[in-house]
Amino acid sequence: MVEPDHHHFDTRALHAGQRPDPVTGSRAVPIYQTTSYVFDSVDHAAGLFNLEVSGHLYSRISNPTVAVLEERLASLEGGVGAVCTSSGQAALHLAMVTILNAGDHVVASRNIYGGTHNMLSLTMPRFGVTTTFVDPRDPKAFAAAIQEDTRLVFAETLGNPGIEVLDIAAIAEVAHAAGLPLVVDSTFATPYLIRPIDHGADIVIHSVTKFLGGHGVAIGGVVVDGGRFDWAANGKFPTLSEPYDGYHGITFTEEFGTAALSMRARAEGLRDFGGCMSPTNAFYLLQGVETLPVRMARHVENTLRVVEMLDAHEAVTWISHPSHPSHPDHALATRLYPKGAGAILSFGIEGGREAGRRFIEAVELASHLANVGDAKTLVIHPGSTTHQQMSREDLAAAGISEELVRLSVGLEDPDDICADLSRALRVSQRA
Amino acid sequence: MRFDVAGRSVLAATGAVPIDRPEVAGAPIVVLVHGAGMDRTVWSQQTRWLAHHGTRAVAVDLPGHGGSDGPVLGSIFELATWISEVSDALGGAIHVVGHSMGAFIGLEAAAEFPNKISSLVLMGLGAAMPVHPDLQTAADVDDPLAADLMAGWMHGPDQKFGTHPTPGMSMTGTARAIIETSPSGVLAEDLKLCAEYDGAIAAAAALTCQATLVLGRLDRMTPRKSAQPLVEALGHANVVELATSGHAPMSEEPEAVRAALADHLFATAD
Repeated sequence: MVEPDHHHFDTRALHAGQRPDPVTGSRAVPIYQTTSYVFDSVDHAAGLFNLEVSGHLYSRISNPTVAVLEERLASLEGGVGAVCTSSGQAALHLAMVTILNAGDHVVASRNIYGGTHNMLSLTMPRFGVTTTFVDPRDPKAFAAAIQEDTRLVFAETLGNPGIEVLDIAAIAEVAHAAGLPLVVDSTFATPYLIRPIDHGADIVIHSVTKFLGGHGVAIGGVVVDGGRFDWAANGKFPTLSEPYDGYHGITFTEEFGTAALSMRARAEGLRDFGGCMSPTNAFYLLQGVETLPVRMARHVENTLRVVEMLDAHEAVTWISHPSHPSHPDHALATRLYPKGAGAILSFGIEGGREAGRRFIEAVELASHLANVGDAKTLVIHPGSTTHQQMSREDLAAAGISEELVRLSVGLEDPDDICADLSRALRVSQRA
Repeated sequence: MRFDVAGRSVLAATGAVPIDRPEVAGAPIVVLVHGAGMDRTVWSQQTRWLAHHGTRAVAVDLPGHGGSDGPVLGSIFELATWISEVSDALGGAIHVVGHSMGAFIGLEAAAEFPNKISSLVLMGLGAAMPVHPDLQTAADVDDPLAADLMAGWMHGPDQKFGTHPTPGMSMTGTARAIIETSPSGVLAEDLKLCAEYDGAIAAAAALTCQATLVLGRLDRMTPRKSAQPLVEALGHANVVELATSGHAPMSEEPEAVRAALADHLFATAD
């Protein structure tokens, strides 16, 4: 049987979305640091503004450097297109406002990034969008929470911080049976470890800041449109399936079909909310994406070493990473993530909150900060930082105990990472 | 918009410009016809532009494709007859812009129903369209490999990496999604119709209307040389060759295709 004629993942991570600049021959993606673009004619300008022809007109809507990153991420995820945003949270917001209206309802995993939990539980209700949170391991809970006014299902492929492994196909089946799209945040996994669209997800969002960018130098997000969801099938998504006065009565599903969501997200969402990515940030993030396969393989390799070390350490009371046999999703992770289930793990320290504080203050190589997915090893105490706005009850429901420490394993020599953590663990046990 | 043909609903993109709007009354009707396993949206780089440049553009979903009622029709001749019925439903002779299988349909319709077809613009076609047996085999069982093969073969080498004329879009990703979301069995039936049709030369020789061929020099599905017998049979056809296009010039070189359409339509408009 003949093979498909396309390049493999590692090659596309370096090349997709770009050809050498035809004018200068520049091999690297140039930074098009410009706000705007000269029109060929009045007719050309009118055509761009009216979605008659494609091209760049203003960098809030699109930019050539950003477009390379967008097309590259769409290629890596297997989507029809992508829209980059100023941050991962802006990506989630863009996806939501493109699909939802006041009065709509969301069913979401309860084991998600604290900022996302805040957005869904505290902020979106002010705009008439409510959310029911459910156990991400229970497809029946998703099904039971779906209401007449539910318009999307949301979860993280690898939960933050507990690394709950989402059975994407099972949750997609629940969502699709109700005529709803499944939106996943796959920041912790990256397309190197899993491509959610292949498993049935409809929209994939990322904080590109994390492993995709990989070096902790630029903030960014992306919405990748899978293009397989039928937005016109049931009348639940009027922003996409009904005429829009913003472009003289255009119906995005009718005119753009599989690209309806990404076209509306850009044409309306970036135009009106303006959460665009800067070209310089896109350039920085592209440098990271180019080495994603190499870095992620090393991230995972180092993580396995760290898990092994922590597992044997007497000060560690428990460890949560899907590679560990004690993790509830170990079997699922083995099936869905043959290259490894990421480089973020959490663990508990003997002595609770105080011991955790001593541990974090004792690490020297690992950095204590609010980020993950850097080339450098990072550590944080979510209960007092990233998830601090969540109530005690919500924290408990999300499996975030007060002693939980989250670790993002970097690319340093694994012996050095293990030595640093081991020493800090010893310090944590001194009363 | 939706309209009925032979009692079945047809979905068409019109660039969001209603074709019955008084301002466009009398403007040329341009019916854009997609290829095997595809839908109306392959013309998204042309439809809305045509609708705002002096024509009534109607990019149709063929029966059983996209949002149009089925079933799929069983031969290029049946589809050509259906196109003649589209002409009736839209209220007058039409210019047909066809891609690949859609080009065969337009060619056959113009030969069989010359009073209903004003002119033709045909792209991505040869005198015959043999189908790779592995593609047909995969399509027969709805194997996603069929979409992968099509998406890879239908674009020129530049599109292996991009870039898409629309910022952020993936050309191969879009092609794959359109094929994957088409109803079960549709691609397989379309490919059989393409492979079985042997009337292109006769239809071309019988043609009385103006025709323009838009041919990609890097077309691997219907190589440029495979169109030469058609060019010769047509005799009077205008031929536009696009240097970097493969089998899908409307996506790969949309501006050049718009220019070819403008040259053709505004020279031949009724």
